[in-house]
Amino acid sequence: MARAPDAITFADVGQTFATRAGPLTALSGVDLAIKRHEFVAVLGPSGCGKSTLLRLTAGLVEPTAGTVSVFDMPVTQPRDDVGIVFQQATLLPWANVEDNVAFPAKHMRGRISKQDREIAQDVIAKVGLAGFEKRLPRELSGGMQQRVGIARALFRNPDILLMDEPFSALDALTRDQMGYELLDLWQSSPKTVLFITHSIPEALLLADRIVVMSARPGRVIADYKVPLVRPRDERTLRASEIQDLASELRDLLIAKETN
Amino acid sequence: MPPSTQAKEALSARLMRTPGVLPALTFAILLIVWEASTWLFAIPTYILPGPSRIIGGFDAVPFTRWMEHIWATLRVALFGYVVAILVSLPIAVGLAKSEFMSKAFYPLLVVIQSVPVVAVAPIIIVVLGTDDAPRVLITFLIAFFPLVVSMTTGLRATPPELIELSRSLRAPAYREITQIRLPFATPYIFSGLQISITLAVIGAVVAEFVAADVGIGYFIQFSTSMFRLPEAWAGLTLLVAMSLGLFQSVGLVQKLLMPWSLPPK
Repeated sequence: MARAPDAITFADVGQTFATRAGPLTALSGVDLAIKRHEFVAVLGPSGCGKSTLLRLTAGLVEPTAGTVSVFDMPVTQPRDDVGIVFQQATLLPWANVEDNVAFPAKHMRGRISKQDREIAQDVIAKVGLAGFEKRLPRELSGGMQQRVGIARALFRNPDILLMDEPFSALDALTRDQMGYELLDLWQSSPKTVLFITHSIPEALLLADRIVVMSARPGRVIADYKVPLVRPRDERTLRASEIQDLASELRDLLIAKETN
Repeated sequence: MPPSTQAKEALSARLMRTPGVLPALTFAILLIVWEASTWLFAIPTYILPGPSRIIGGFDAVPFTRWMEHIWATLRVALFGYVVAILVSLPIAVGLAKSEFMSKAFYPLLVVIQSVPVVAVAPIIIVVLGTDDAPRVLITFLIAFFPLVVSMTTGLRATPPELIELSRSLRAPAYREITQIRLPFATPYIFSGLQISITLAVIGAVVAEFVAADVGIGYFIQFSTSMFRLPEAWAGLTLLVAMSLGLFQSVGLVQKLLMPWSLPPK
């Protein structure tokens, strides 16, 4: 039987940026394979190139060494089957929720068709914002704005969802709530998720796998399977079997921050 | 708290609640003090005419002649302003999009801005003659720099994530400007537009000082040369009203067309 292609593969990937102070190596020798519909969280200290990993997958930057592939095809330009959720919702302040969600259509084709609006309404309902279609971003809370950001990423029904610390700007309660909702969303329509985060509990709650990166230059230093059954909920994080994993992750991250 | 203090506080609270009342009151008191002191200290009109004398100054020329003066100044100011907008927009797009353009041309723009336009005005008049063209050019030179700066700043202020989103969609490059950068720059552009419209009035007046036979700037210069100070002050009053009106109109356009770009109340 033919092996199903991995959704995302990094093969000996390195990334060096030219800066005023000289070359800066953000990533070096990154090897990582992510299966289709796998939920992978990437943990690491600030400035370890986690976001670069995401931008490489999105085809927004090209690696200076190695190859990044999506479904066994080297990434040379942005792909249609990849959606991005940023740290800040970064919505268009002049456009209402529906127009923000359908913005990819408007940006690619110049207009939003009736069909686009139907798709937009559908994903808006999926992220729990039905009834808010005509609101402006500034009339929404931070959590609701980020839901719009997620809906915008889902608009083209991507197979791969790249999330760059999407809940880090939210307050703790909203953050947990958004995590559970993301899990529901992922379970009802599975996607390959690459989820960048600072938060160990968040990674444990959401991911199938947790990849830990070292400080700059970023490398993969640990790769854990999360031994938790799904569906997960509030009680999940209190399960005794993950306490060891949690403290192991904490030790890894703290050691890396202080080095 | 003594009752009189309470009453005072209630009054000031009421004054602050009603929009427009407080500034109007301040202004009215200023006018009264001004009028009273010109009488009280017998200040000669060529030093400081009182408000009543200034109002009298409006009688110096007939209404239709005033209209000609106003129209001449307004025409040049608006024409120069529109030219400034049309020229500064492509420059700002170039400066914001390309570091090469920015490095190559920004210093030149700063040099142009550093030239005292009042000093160049006579030269421009000699080169271009005495019709509207040199006056429009002078107005343009005074008004365009703040526009370039505010537009460039605005076009660069777009969240980088949205530019990444645009690239990830592989959309035509011009849509990054029209659908993302320009709308995001709106608040910056409008603050530039408001500064520039008042500068445009200054530009038109400067041009009239150098060479003109009509316009409020010309009228002020003519009146002062005849020591008719109340008339000059009347002209000045019109200029202030014109500047204020134009400034407010720009704000109104922003409020009507792009309410989202104003800070939330």
